[in-house]
Amino acid sequence: MDLTLKIWRQKNAKTKGEFVTYQISGISPDCSFLEMLDQMNEKLIRENDEPVDFRKCPVSFDHDCREGICGMCGLFINGRPHGPDEAITTCQLHMRKFKDGDTIVIEPWRSRAFPIIKDLLVDRSAFDKIIQAGGYVNVNTGGVPDANSILIKKNNAELAMDAAACIGCGACVAACANASAMLFVSAKVSQLALLPQGKVESKERVQKMVRTMDKLGFGNCSNTYACEFECPKSVNRSNIARMNLEFIIAKTCTEKETVRIAGV
Amino acid sequence: MSTSLLTYSSITKKIIMACAGLFLVLFLLVHLGINLCILRNDNGDWFKAASHFMGTNYIIKIFEIVLFGGWIIHIFTGVVLTLKNWASRPVGYYKSNKSNTSFFSKYMIWTGLIVFTFMAIHFMNFYFVKLGIVPIPQGSGAESKEDFYRMVIALFQTPLYSIIYIVLIISLGFHLYHAFQSAFQTLGINHNKYNSTIKMVGLIYSLIVCIGFSIIPFYFLCFYKG
Ligand code: HEM
Ligand code: FES
Repeated sequence: MDLTLKIWRQKNAKTKGEFVTYQISGISPDCSFLEMLDQMNEKLIRENDEPVDFRKCPVSFDHDCREGICGMCGLFINGRPHGPDEAITTCQLHMRKFKDGDTIVIEPWRSRAFPIIKDLLVDRSAFDKIIQAGGYVNVNTGGVPDANSILIKKNNAELAMDAAACIGCGACVAACANASAMLFVSAKVSQLALLPQGKVESKERVQKMVRTMDKLGFGNCSNTYACEFECPKSVNRSNIARMNLEFIIAKTCTEKETVRIAGV
Repeated sequence: MSTSLLTYSSITKKIIMACAGLFLVLFLLVHLGINLCILRNDNGDWFKAASHFMGTNYIIKIFEIVLFGGWIIHIFTGVVLTLKNWASRPVGYYKSNKSNTSFFSKYMIWTGLIVFTFMAIHFMNFYFVKLGIVPIPQGSGAESKEDFYRMVIALFQTPLYSIIYIVLIISLGFHLYHAFQSAFQTLGINHNKYNSTIKMVGLIYSLIVCIGFSIIPFYFLCFYKG
Protein backbone atom coordinates (compact mmCIF):
# COMPACT_ATOMS: atom_id res chain seq x y z
CA MET A 1 0.00 0.00 0.00
CA ASP A 2 1.13 3.54 -0.74
CA LEU A 3 -0.11 6.15 1.69
CA THR A 4 0.05 9.86 2.41
CA LEU A 5 0.27 10.65 6.11
CA LYS A 6 -0.64 14.03 7.50
CA ILE A 7 0.79 14.07 11.01
CA TRP A 8 0.69 16.68 13.77
CA ARG A 9 4.27 17.67 14.68
CA GLN A 10 4.99 19.73 17.74
CA LYS A 11 8.48 20.11 19.17
CA ASN A 12 7.40 20.47 22.79
CA ALA A 13 4.57 21.66 25.00
CA LYS A 14 5.41 25.33 24.42
CA THR A 15 5.89 25.55 20.68
CA LYS A 16 3.16 25.84 18.12
CA GLY A 17 2.61 22.67 16.16
CA GLU A 18 1.79 22.08 12.52
CA PHE A 19 0.75 19.31 10.18
CA VAL A 20 3.55 17.72 8.15
CA THR A 21 2.87 15.45 5.20
CA TYR A 22 4.87 12.25 4.67
CA GLN A 23 4.74 9.68 1.90
CA ILE A 24 5.17 6.02 2.61
CA SER A 25 5.03 3.05 0.28
CA GLY A 26 5.18 -0.72 0.44
CA ILE A 27 2.99 -1.09 3.53
CA SER A 28 1.44 -4.52 3.98
CA PRO A 29 -2.32 -4.48 4.60
CA ASP A 30 -1.70 -7.04 7.34
CA CYS A 31 0.50 -4.84 9.47
CA SER A 32 -0.90 -2.86 12.38
CA PHE A 33 -1.22 0.89 12.41
CA LEU A 34 1.63 1.26 14.90
CA GLU A 35 3.87 -1.00 12.81
CA MET A 36 3.16 1.25 9.86
CA LEU A 37 4.26 4.25 11.97
CA ASP A 38 7.39 2.32 13.02
CA GLN A 39 8.25 1.76 9.37
CA MET A 40 7.74 5.41 8.67
CA ASN A 41 10.01 6.40 11.55
CA GLU A 42 12.69 3.96 10.37
CA LYS A 43 12.50 5.50 6.94
CA LEU A 44 12.90 8.98 8.47
CA ILE A 45 15.97 7.79 10.39
CA ARG A 46 17.46 6.13 7.33
CA GLU A 47 16.96 9.15 5.12
CA ASN A 48 18.10 11.84 7.54
CA ASP A 49 21.35 11.05 9.29
CA GLU A 50 21.53 13.99 11.64
CA PRO A 51 18.38 15.97 11.00
CA VAL A 52 18.47 19.64 11.88
CA ASP A 53 14.80 20.04 11.11
CA PHE A 54 12.62 18.43 13.78
CA ARG A 55 10.06 17.58 11.13
CA LYS A 56 12.56 15.06 9.78
CA CYS A 57 13.03 13.44 13.21
CA PRO A 58 11.00 10.33 14.02
CA VAL A 59 7.45 11.00 15.14
CA SER A 60 6.81 10.53 18.87
CA PHE A 61 3.73 8.53 19.78
CA ASP A 62 2.64 6.61 22.86
CA HIS A 63 2.46 2.83 22.91
CA ASP A 64 3.36 0.02 25.24
CA CYS A 65 1.63 -3.35 25.28
CA ARG A 66 0.56 -3.39 21.63
CA GLU A 67 -2.16 -5.87 22.46
CA GLY A 68 -5.01 -3.59 23.46
CA ILE A 69 -4.72 -3.67 27.23
CA CYS A 70 -2.57 -0.78 28.39
CA GLY A 71 -4.43 2.09 26.76
CA MET A 72 -1.32 4.04 25.81
CA CYS A 73 -1.71 4.18 22.04
CA GLY A 74 -4.11 7.10 21.82
CA LEU A 75 -4.14 8.51 18.30
CA PHE A 76 -6.91 10.46 16.62
CA ILE A 77 -7.01 8.98 13.13
CA ASN A 78 -9.16 10.41 10.33
CA GLY A 79 -11.54 12.10 12.72
CA ARG A 80 -11.95 9.21 15.15
CA PRO A 81 -10.08 8.07 18.26
CA HIS A 82 -8.25 4.82 17.45
CA GLY A 83 -9.26 5.10 13.82
CA PRO A 84 -11.93 3.58 11.64
CA ASP A 85 -13.00 0.46 13.50
CA GLU A 86 -15.18 -0.28 16.51
CA ALA A 87 -14.09 -1.42 19.97
CA ILE A 88 -10.34 -1.44 19.32
CA THR A 89 -7.25 0.47 20.32
CA THR A 90 -4.84 1.89 17.75
CA CYS A 91 -2.44 -1.03 18.19
CA GLN A 92 -5.28 -3.36 17.19
CA LEU A 93 -6.06 -1.37 14.05
CA HIS A 94 -4.95 -3.02 10.82
CA MET A 95 -3.89 -1.28 7.64
CA ARG A 96 -6.47 -3.31 5.70
CA LYS A 97 -9.01 -0.85 7.07
CA PHE A 98 -7.51 1.70 4.65
CA LYS A 99 -7.26 1.77 0.88
CA ASP A 100 -4.17 2.05 -1.27
CA GLY A 101 -3.50 5.73 -1.97
CA ASP A 102 -5.44 6.99 1.06
CA THR A 103 -4.49 10.13 2.95
CA ILE A 104 -4.50 9.49 6.70
CA VAL A 105 -4.67 12.39 9.15
CA ILE A 106 -3.14 11.62 12.55
CA GLU A 107 -3.72 14.00 15.46
CA PRO A 108 -3.10 13.87 19.20
CA TRP A 109 -5.98 13.77 21.73
CA ARG A 110 -7.28 17.33 22.06
CA SER A 111 -8.37 18.46 25.48
CA ARG A 112 -7.46 21.19 27.90
CA ALA A 113 -6.85 18.51 30.55
CA PHE A 114 -4.49 16.52 28.29
CA PRO A 115 -1.69 18.93 27.28
CA ILE A 116 0.54 17.88 24.40
CA ILE A 117 4.05 16.85 25.42
CA LYS A 118 5.45 16.28 21.95
CA ASP A 119 4.00 15.43 18.52
CA LEU A 120 1.29 12.88 19.24
CA LEU A 121 2.14 12.36 22.92
CA VAL A 122 -0.25 13.82 25.45
CA ASP A 123 0.00 14.01 29.21
CA ARG A 124 -2.85 11.97 30.66
CA SER A 125 -1.87 12.29 34.30
CA ALA A 126 -5.20 14.07 34.83
CA PHE A 127 -6.73 10.57 34.85
CA ASP A 128 -4.27 9.47 37.54
CA LYS A 129 -5.25 12.47 39.65
CA ILE A 130 -8.90 11.48 39.42
CA ILE A 131 -8.03 7.94 40.55
CA GLN A 132 -5.92 9.31 43.39
CA ALA A 133 -8.90 11.35 44.54
CA GLY A 134 -10.95 8.27 45.35
CA GLY A 135 -10.71 5.47 42.82
CA TYR A 136 -9.62 2.86 45.32
CA VAL A 137 -10.85 0.79 48.24
CA ASN A 138 -9.24 1.14 51.64
CA VAL A 139 -8.29 -2.28 52.95
CA ASN A 140 -6.97 -3.42 56.27
CA THR A 141 -3.93 -5.58 56.29
CA GLY A 142 -4.17 -8.82 58.21
CA GLY A 143 -5.12 -12.39 57.51
CA VAL A 144 -6.29 -13.28 54.02
CA PRO A 145 -10.08 -13.73 54.11
CA ASP A 146 -11.63 -16.89 52.69
CA ALA A 147 -12.53 -16.67 49.05
CA ASN A 148 -16.21 -16.10 48.33
CA SER A 149 -16.96 -15.24 51.93
CA ILE A 150 -18.80 -12.12 50.78
CA LEU A 151 -21.90 -12.73 48.68
CA ILE A 152 -21.95 -10.79 45.42
CA LYS A 153 -24.93 -10.76 43.09
CA LYS A 154 -24.02 -12.32 39.76
CA ASN A 155 -25.40 -9.42 37.75
CA ASN A 156 -23.50 -6.88 39.83
CA ALA A 157 -20.29 -8.85 39.43
CA GLU A 158 -20.82 -8.79 35.65
CA LEU A 159 -21.58 -5.07 35.55
CA ALA A 160 -18.59 -4.28 37.75
CA MET A 161 -16.39 -6.37 35.49
CA ASP A 162 -17.70 -4.59 32.37
CA ALA A 163 -16.95 -1.22 33.96
CA ALA A 164 -13.53 -2.42 35.11
CA ALA A 165 -12.66 -3.20 31.49
CA CYS A 166 -11.84 0.52 31.13
CA ILE A 167 -8.14 0.86 30.31
CA GLY A 168 -7.99 4.62 30.86
CA CYS A 169 -6.94 5.36 27.28
CA GLY A 170 -8.79 8.68 27.10
CA ALA A 171 -10.70 7.91 23.90
CA CYS A 172 -13.91 9.04 25.63
CA VAL A 173 -12.41 12.48 26.26
CA ALA A 174 -10.97 12.64 22.77
CA ALA A 175 -14.27 11.67 21.15
CA CYS A 176 -16.52 13.87 23.28
CA ALA A 177 -17.56 17.17 21.73
CA ASN A 178 -17.10 18.66 25.22
CA ALA A 179 -13.87 16.81 26.10
CA SER A 180 -15.74 15.34 29.05
CA ALA A 181 -14.28 12.52 31.12
CA MET A 182 -17.61 11.28 32.43
CA LEU A 183 -17.37 7.81 30.87
CA PHE A 184 -13.96 7.19 32.42
CA VAL A 185 -14.91 8.54 35.85
CA SER A 186 -18.24 6.75 35.85
CA ALA A 187 -16.59 3.43 34.96
CA LYS A 188 -14.23 3.80 37.90
CA VAL A 189 -17.04 4.89 40.24
CA SER A 190 -19.26 2.02 39.07
CA GLN A 191 -16.77 -0.81 39.25
CA LEU A 192 -16.34 -0.09 42.96
CA ALA A 193 -19.85 1.03 43.88
CA LEU A 194 -21.33 -2.19 42.50
CA LEU A 195 -19.34 -4.41 44.82
CA PRO A 196 -19.79 -4.71 48.60
CA GLN A 197 -16.14 -3.91 49.28
CA GLY A 198 -16.39 -0.63 47.39
CA LYS A 199 -19.94 0.27 48.43
CA VAL A 200 -18.82 1.43 51.89
CA GLU A 201 -16.90 4.41 50.57
CA SER A 202 -18.96 5.00 47.44
CA LYS A 203 -20.70 8.21 48.55
CA GLU A 204 -17.48 9.92 49.46
CA ARG A 205 -15.68 8.56 46.44
CA VAL A 206 -18.11 9.86 43.83
CA GLN A 207 -18.01 13.37 45.25
CA LYS A 208 -14.22 13.48 45.45
CA MET A 209 -13.71 12.09 41.97
CA VAL A 210 -16.27 14.41 40.38
CA ARG A 211 -14.79 17.42 42.14
CA THR A 212 -11.33 16.53 40.86
CA MET A 213 -12.66 15.91 37.36
CA ASP A 214 -14.27 19.36 37.28
CA LYS A 215 -11.15 21.04 38.60
CA LEU A 216 -8.89 19.51 35.96
CA GLY A 217 -10.75 21.25 33.16
CA PHE A 218 -12.75 18.45 31.56
CA GLY A 219 -16.06 19.47 30.01
CA ASN A 220 -19.58 18.58 31.13
CA CYS A 221 -21.46 15.62 29.79
CA SER A 222 -24.16 16.61 27.33
CA ASN A 223 -25.27 13.04 26.67
CA THR A 224 -24.01 12.89 23.10
CA TYR A 225 -22.79 9.32 23.71
CA ALA A 226 -19.80 9.56 21.36
CA CYS A 227 -17.71 8.18 24.26
CA GLU A 228 -19.57 4.91 24.39
CA PHE A 229 -19.33 4.54 20.65
CA GLU A 230 -15.57 5.08 20.61
CA CYS A 231 -14.61 3.21 23.78
CA PRO A 232 -12.24 0.36 22.85
CA LYS A 233 -13.72 -1.68 25.70
CA SER A 234 -17.36 -0.76 24.94
CA VAL A 235 -17.93 0.67 28.40
CA ASN A 236 -21.62 1.45 28.59
CA ARG A 237 -23.11 4.90 29.14
CA SER A 238 -25.39 3.42 31.80
CA ASN A 239 -22.33 3.87 34.03
CA ILE A 240 -22.73 7.64 33.61
CA ALA A 241 -26.35 7.41 34.72
CA ARG A 242 -25.27 5.26 37.68
CA MET A 243 -22.68 7.85 38.67
CA ASN A 244 -25.24 10.67 38.38
CA LEU A 245 -27.59 8.76 40.65
CA GLU A 246 -24.80 7.95 43.12
CA PHE A 247 -23.94 11.62 43.11
CA ILE A 248 -27.54 12.77 43.68
CA ILE A 249 -27.96 10.34 46.58
CA ALA A 250 -24.60 11.28 48.02
CA LYS A 251 -25.50 14.97 47.93
CA THR A 252 -29.09 14.76 49.10
CA CYS A 253 -29.68 11.64 51.19
CA THR A 254 -26.42 11.14 53.00
CA GLU A 255 -25.96 12.63 56.42
CA LYS A 256 -23.32 15.29 56.71
CA GLU A 257 -20.28 13.68 58.23
CA THR A 258 -19.31 15.10 61.59
CA VAL A 259 -16.22 14.30 63.54
CA ARG A 260 -17.17 12.28 66.58
CA ILE A 261 -14.94 12.48 69.59
CA ALA A 262 -15.25 9.60 72.06
CA GLY A 263 -16.75 10.57 75.42
CA VAL A 264 -18.23 13.87 74.25
CA MET B 1 -28.17 32.57 43.68
CA SER B 2 -26.18 32.81 40.50
CA THR B 3 -22.79 32.80 42.21
CA SER B 4 -23.54 29.59 44.06
CA LEU B 5 -25.00 28.09 40.90
CA LEU B 6 -21.65 28.76 39.24
CA THR B 7 -19.70 26.97 41.93
CA TYR B 8 -21.84 23.84 41.84
CA SER B 9 -20.27 20.74 40.34
CA SER B 10 -20.86 19.83 36.72
CA ILE B 11 -23.32 17.10 37.65
CA THR B 12 -25.32 19.33 40.00
CA LYS B 13 -25.62 21.98 37.31
CA LYS B 14 -26.84 19.39 34.84
CA ILE B 15 -29.36 18.02 37.30
CA ILE B 16 -30.75 21.49 37.98
CA MET B 17 -30.95 22.08 34.26
CA ALA B 18 -32.68 18.75 33.66
CA CYS B 19 -35.28 19.40 36.39
CA ALA B 20 -35.99 22.89 35.08
CA GLY B 21 -36.15 21.45 31.55
CA LEU B 22 -38.63 18.75 32.55
CA PHE B 23 -40.81 21.36 34.19
CA LEU B 24 -40.78 23.31 30.92
CA VAL B 25 -41.65 20.10 29.11
CA LEU B 26 -44.80 19.74 31.22
CA PHE B 27 -45.65 23.41 30.83
CA LEU B 28 -45.50 23.14 27.04
CA LEU B 29 -48.23 20.49 27.11
CA VAL B 30 -50.53 22.77 29.16
CA HIS B 31 -49.77 25.66 26.84
CA LEU B 32 -50.49 23.51 23.81
CA GLY B 33 -53.80 22.36 25.27
CA ILE B 34 -54.94 25.96 25.68
CA ASN B 35 -53.74 26.99 22.24
CA LEU B 36 -55.62 24.20 20.57
CA CYS B 37 -58.89 25.53 22.01
CA ILE B 38 -58.61 28.34 19.48
CA LEU B 39 -59.34 25.90 16.67
CA ARG B 40 -62.79 25.22 18.07
CA ASN B 41 -65.40 26.97 15.97
CA ASP B 42 -67.02 28.83 18.88
CA ASN B 43 -65.89 32.39 18.27
CA GLY B 44 -63.09 31.86 20.76
CA ASP B 45 -65.28 31.01 23.77
CA TRP B 46 -63.12 28.12 25.01
CA PHE B 47 -59.90 29.89 24.25
CA LYS B 48 -61.04 33.06 26.02
CA ALA B 49 -62.24 31.08 29.02
CA ALA B 50 -58.95 29.19 29.21
CA SER B 51 -56.79 32.30 28.92
CA HIS B 52 -58.99 34.09 31.42
CA PHE B 53 -58.49 31.22 33.87
CA MET B 54 -54.72 31.21 33.29
CA GLY B 55 -54.59 34.98 33.73
CA THR B 56 -56.53 35.15 36.99
CA ASN B 57 -56.19 31.90 38.96
CA TYR B 58 -53.87 32.33 41.96
CA ILE B 59 -52.30 28.86 41.78
CA ILE B 60 -51.51 29.50 38.14
CA LYS B 61 -49.98 32.84 39.15
CA ILE B 62 -47.63 31.02 41.53
CA PHE B 63 -46.72 28.57 38.79
CA GLU B 64 -46.04 31.48 36.49
CA ILE B 65 -43.30 32.63 38.86
CA VAL B 66 -41.89 29.10 39.10
CA LEU B 67 -42.01 28.92 35.33
CA PHE B 68 -40.05 32.13 34.84
CA GLY B 69 -37.56 31.02 37.46
CA GLY B 70 -37.17 27.62 35.83
CA TRP B 71 -36.81 29.18 32.43
CA ILE B 72 -34.09 31.56 33.55
CA ILE B 73 -32.25 28.84 35.46
CA HIS B 74 -32.44 26.50 32.46
CA ILE B 75 -31.02 29.10 30.10
CA PHE B 76 -28.40 30.24 32.61
CA THR B 77 -27.11 26.73 33.34
CA GLY B 78 -27.33 25.86 29.63
CA VAL B 79 -25.12 28.78 28.67
CA VAL B 80 -22.67 28.24 31.56
CA LEU B 81 -22.30 24.52 30.81
CA THR B 82 -21.83 25.16 27.11
CA LEU B 83 -19.16 27.81 27.68
CA LYS B 84 -17.24 25.42 29.93
CA ASN B 85 -17.56 22.71 27.29
CA TRP B 86 -16.14 24.97 24.62
CA ALA B 87 -13.27 25.94 26.90
CA SER B 88 -12.44 22.29 27.51
CA ARG B 89 -11.02 21.91 24.03
CA PRO B 90 -9.12 25.11 23.22
CA VAL B 91 -7.52 23.60 20.10
CA GLY B 92 -9.92 21.67 17.94
CA TYR B 93 -9.34 18.79 15.56
CA TYR B 94 -8.34 19.26 11.95
CA LYS B 95 -10.55 16.38 10.91
CA SER B 96 -13.78 17.07 12.69
CA ASN B 97 -15.18 14.36 14.86
CA LYS B 98 -16.67 11.48 12.89
CA SER B 99 -17.91 9.57 15.91
CA ASN B 100 -21.47 8.37 15.85
CA THR B 101 -23.39 10.60 18.24
CA SER B 102 -26.88 11.63 19.09
CA PHE B 103 -27.22 14.20 16.27
CA PHE B 104 -29.28 16.96 17.91
CA SER B 105 -27.23 16.84 21.11
CA LYS B 106 -24.48 18.79 19.36
CA TYR B 107 -26.77 21.69 18.53
CA MET B 108 -28.61 22.07 21.85
CA ILE B 109 -27.25 25.54 22.52
CA TRP B 110 -28.27 26.69 19.03
CA THR B 111 -31.74 25.17 19.03
CA GLY B 112 -32.02 26.54 22.58
CA LEU B 113 -31.07 30.05 21.49
CA ILE B 114 -33.54 29.87 18.60
CA VAL B 115 -36.22 28.94 21.12
CA PHE B 116 -35.06 31.90 23.19
CA THR B 117 -35.52 34.38 20.31
CA PHE B 118 -38.86 32.81 19.68
CA MET B 119 -39.87 33.41 23.28
CA ALA B 120 -38.72 37.01 23.01
CA ILE B 121 -40.95 37.57 19.97
CA HIS B 122 -43.73 35.74 21.71
CA PHE B 123 -43.51 37.96 24.79
CA MET B 124 -43.54 41.08 22.63
CA ASN B 125 -46.69 39.88 20.92
CA PHE B 126 -48.67 38.68 23.89
CA TYR B 127 -47.36 38.77 27.44
CA PHE B 128 -45.98 42.30 27.31
CA VAL B 129 -49.18 43.49 25.68
CA LYS B 130 -51.10 42.10 28.63
CA LEU B 131 -48.74 43.83 31.04
CA GLY B 132 -49.23 47.04 29.06
CA ILE B 133 -45.55 47.40 28.18
CA VAL B 134 -46.27 46.98 24.48
CA PRO B 135 -49.33 48.71 22.95
CA ILE B 136 -52.19 46.67 21.54
CA PRO B 137 -51.31 45.97 17.88
CA GLN B 138 -53.10 48.29 15.46
CA GLY B 139 -55.67 46.75 13.18
CA SER B 140 -55.87 43.48 15.09
CA GLY B 141 -59.38 44.29 16.23
CA ALA B 142 -58.45 43.40 19.78
CA GLU B 143 -60.91 44.94 22.22
CA SER B 144 -58.66 44.87 25.29
CA LYS B 145 -55.08 44.02 26.15
CA GLU B 146 -56.26 40.59 27.14
CA ASP B 147 -58.04 39.85 23.89
CA PHE B 148 -55.45 37.34 22.71
CA TYR B 149 -58.02 35.68 20.48
CA ARG B 150 -58.13 38.58 18.03
CA MET B 151 -54.38 39.17 18.29
CA VAL B 152 -53.58 35.55 17.46
CA ILE B 153 -55.86 35.52 14.46
CA ALA B 154 -54.46 38.79 13.18
CA LEU B 155 -50.87 37.58 13.53
CA PHE B 156 -51.38 34.17 11.98
CA GLN B 157 -53.03 35.63 8.92
CA THR B 158 -49.69 37.23 8.09
CA PRO B 159 -47.95 34.52 6.01
CA LEU B 160 -44.40 35.60 6.95
CA TYR B 161 -45.19 35.51 10.66
CA SER B 162 -46.81 32.09 10.40
CA ILE B 163 -43.92 30.61 8.48
CA ILE B 164 -41.35 31.97 10.93
CA TYR B 165 -43.48 30.62 13.77
CA ILE B 166 -43.56 27.12 12.24
CA VAL B 167 -39.81 27.10 11.58
CA LEU B 168 -39.10 28.12 15.18
CA ILE B 169 -41.46 25.48 16.50
CA ILE B 170 -39.60 22.84 14.48
CA SER B 171 -36.31 23.83 16.11
CA LEU B 172 -38.03 23.54 19.48
CA GLY B 173 -38.94 20.01 18.42
CA PHE B 174 -35.29 19.23 17.66
CA HIS B 175 -34.34 20.60 21.09
CA LEU B 176 -36.96 18.48 22.80
CA TYR B 177 -36.16 15.29 20.93
CA HIS B 178 -32.67 15.12 22.44
CA ALA B 179 -33.67 16.84 25.68
CA PHE B 180 -36.32 14.36 26.75
CA GLN B 181 -34.16 11.26 26.90
CA SER B 182 -31.13 13.30 27.95
CA ALA B 183 -32.91 14.51 31.08
CA PHE B 184 -33.55 10.91 32.16
CA GLN B 185 -29.91 9.97 31.68
CA THR B 186 -28.86 13.05 33.64
CA LEU B 187 -31.16 12.11 36.49
CA GLY B 188 -29.62 8.66 36.59
CA ILE B 189 -32.45 6.77 34.94
CA ASN B 190 -30.89 4.43 32.43
CA HIS B 191 -32.20 0.91 32.34
CA ASN B 192 -32.04 -1.43 29.39
CA LYS B 193 -35.68 -2.34 30.01
CA TYR B 194 -36.93 1.25 29.66
CA ASN B 195 -34.43 3.08 27.45
CA SER B 196 -36.20 2.42 24.18
CA THR B 197 -39.54 3.41 25.73
CA ILE B 198 -38.11 6.69 27.00
CA LYS B 199 -36.69 7.42 23.56
CA MET B 200 -40.00 6.60 21.91
CA VAL B 201 -42.00 8.76 24.34
CA GLY B 202 -39.53 11.59 23.67
CA LEU B 203 -40.09 11.25 19.94
CA ILE B 204 -43.88 11.17 20.30
CA TYR B 205 -43.79 14.13 22.68
CA SER B 206 -41.65 16.20 20.28
CA LEU B 207 -43.93 15.34 17.40
CA ILE B 208 -47.04 16.29 19.39
CA VAL B 209 -45.48 19.63 20.33
CA CYS B 210 -44.25 20.29 16.79
CA ILE B 211 -47.44 19.34 15.01
CA GLY B 212 -49.75 20.69 17.71
CA PHE B 213 -48.29 24.18 17.73
CA SER B 214 -47.78 24.36 13.95
CA ILE B 215 -51.29 23.26 13.08
CA ILE B 216 -52.72 26.54 14.43
CA PRO B 217 -50.86 28.97 12.11
CA PHE B 218 -51.35 26.43 9.33
CA TYR B 219 -55.10 26.51 9.86
CA PHE B 220 -55.37 30.28 9.94
CA LEU B 221 -53.12 30.62 6.93
CA CYS B 222 -54.91 28.13 4.72
CA PHE B 223 -58.47 27.63 5.88
CA TYR B 224 -59.69 30.51 8.05
CA LYS B 225 -62.16 32.88 6.42
CA GLY B 226 -63.06 35.76 8.70
C1 HEM C 1 -39.64 25.62 26.36
C2 HEM C 1 -38.39 25.64 26.24
C3 HEM C 1 -37.39 24.57 26.65
C4 HEM C 1 -37.56 23.29 27.09
C5 HEM C 1 -38.86 22.55 27.31
C6 HEM C 1 -36.24 22.73 27.32
C7 HEM C 1 -35.99 21.47 27.80
C8 HEM C 1 -34.73 20.94 27.95
C9 HEM C 1 -34.43 19.68 28.59
C10 HEM C 1 -35.44 18.72 29.23
C11 HEM C 1 -33.08 19.49 28.49
C12 HEM C 1 -32.33 18.26 28.95
C13 HEM C 1 -31.44 18.49 30.11
C14 HEM C 1 -30.38 17.45 30.17
O1 HEM C 1 -29.66 17.25 29.20
O2 HEM C 1 -30.24 16.82 31.20
C15 HEM C 1 -32.53 20.62 27.82
C16 HEM C 1 -31.19 20.80 27.52
C17 HEM C 1 -30.63 21.99 27.06
N1 HEM C 1 -31.29 23.19 26.89
FE1 HEM C 1 -33.29 23.42 26.93
N2 HEM C 1 -35.30 23.68 26.98
C18 HEM C 1 -35.97 24.82 26.60
C19 HEM C 1 -35.42 26.04 26.25
C20 HEM C 1 -34.06 26.30 26.20
C21 HEM C 1 -33.51 27.60 25.94
C22 HEM C 1 -34.30 28.89 25.73
C23 HEM C 1 -32.16 27.45 25.94
C24 HEM C 1 -31.24 28.62 25.69
C25 HEM C 1 -30.00 28.69 25.84
C26 HEM C 1 -31.85 26.04 26.20
C27 HEM C 1 -30.60 25.46 26.25
C28 HEM C 1 -30.35 24.13 26.50
C29 HEM C 1 -29.06 23.51 26.41
C30 HEM C 1 -27.74 24.18 26.03
C31 HEM C 1 -29.23 22.15 26.75
C32 HEM C 1 -28.17 21.06 26.76
C33 HEM C 1 -27.43 21.06 28.05
C34 HEM C 1 -26.50 19.90 28.14
O3 HEM C 1 -26.84 18.81 27.69
O4 HEM C 1 -25.41 20.08 28.69
N3 HEM C 1 -33.05 25.37 26.36
N4 HEM C 1 -33.54 21.50 27.50
S1 FES D 1 -0.31 -0.10 23.04
FE1 FES D 1 -1.31 -0.90 24.79
S2 FES D 1 -3.39 -0.63 24.21
FE2 FES D 1 -2.36 -0.10 22.39
